[in-house]
Amino acid sequence: MSSSSTWPQVEVVYSPVGSDIKHYPEDVDVCLVEGAVANEDNFELARQVRERTALVISFGDCAVTANVPGMRNLLDAGHDSARAVLERGYIELADQGAQLPHAPGIVPELLERVLPLHEVIPVDLFLPGCPPSAERIREAITPLLSGEQPLMEGAAMLRFG
Amino acid sequence: MSVITLTINGSRAVPGATLLDATRAPRCPCPPSAISMASPRGGLQPLHGGGGGQRQAAGRLHPPRRAEGMVVTTNSDELQEYRRMAVEMFFAEGNHVCAFCVANGNCELQNVAVEVGMDHSRFPYQYPHRPVDASHHQFAIDHNRCILCTRCVRVCDEIEGAHVWDVVNRGSHCKIAAGMDQPWGPVDACTSCGKCVDVCPTGAIFRKEDTTSEKHRHTERPSLLRLAREEHHWQNQ
Repeated sequence: MSSSSTWPQVEVVYSPVGSDIKHYPEDVDVCLVEGAVANEDNFELARQVRERTALVISFGDCAVTANVPGMRNLLDAGHDSARAVLERGYIELADQGAQLPHAPGIVPELLERVLPLHEVIPVDLFLPGCPPSAERIREAITPLLSGEQPLMEGAAMLRFG
Repeated sequence: MSVITLTINGSRAVPGATLLDATRAPRCPCPPSAISMASPRGGLQPLHGGGGGQRQAAGRLHPPRRAEGMVVTTNSDELQEYRRMAVEMFFAEGNHVCAFCVANGNCELQNVAVEVGMDHSRFPYQYPHRPVDASHHQFAIDHNRCILCTRCVRVCDEIEGAHVWDVVNRGSHCKIAAGMDQPWGPVDACTSCGKCVDVCPTGAIFRKEDTTSEKHRHTERPSLLRLAREEHHWQNQ
């Protein structure tokens, strides 16, 4: 993908919503990882991101705390919330044709528990917020362009929610 | 033996002051855990203190052995780290999802997380199964968001005089209970005054009409009421 006109020194090399590249490339400088780790695809991609990225940012409350996706961990006391949430969604609430989705290799299997990113891979920077405001994102990213760490302090940078 | 001379964070405290009063003094930058509306409570508030070169870790209301010339520190890097760990444990122990909470943006737990610099929890989330009681006609209590500060228990007993709330069970089963540990709605003692809603630091006790980010607490009301009763001092005087 071409470089950004706002930040000419930035080249976006991978984004599930911003580019059409299917595979996470090698030697990435910075990656913003959004969302909790909920299924096997998320888990595998998180591991790839860690292996191929210098600085991994846990981006937003879902990645940082598991947040709303993590609430399925409340089902079945968290032992097998994957089965519990699928049964609730596809069996108990089905109007007709109730069945559990099963398509190995196509539909990724859910993990037993939804995990925040840092429980799966080491994270270098946490950027909470639901969503993080544009100002907060800019304040966190701008120092990285000159090789500096942002100062994550105060409500403007840290408040959850 | 009473403390005659007490130094807190490098400043001399008023002679005879309790540790709680002294650490509330304006020059003492420690986060408030107690509020003036009701009786104090021995909550988590780490400090280091001791006389004659001793160094003990202690809670603010469970101070180390009193000694003349006692020096108390409430604000070292080590203590701030303990505070941050304690706040992370609060988040990991309950089910605090700020994103859709009634108290989002007006929550003392959320604010304290910012104060201690918490950007994530280093402790794994426990996801305990805790109920929501919406049986009261005006209010509801979501035990997932309760941090067991017992302000509701104290304000209901000491200011309203109704004593609807109590603490039951132990450890991770510990919870605030209405009446005889029953649904809140049918508890006759409740006057529906709403003081517990006003003092609740999180979104645990809330008005049913409030949705995400709509809870606006009035923490000062019970203390103003106490001031009026005890000192006959009203806000408009």
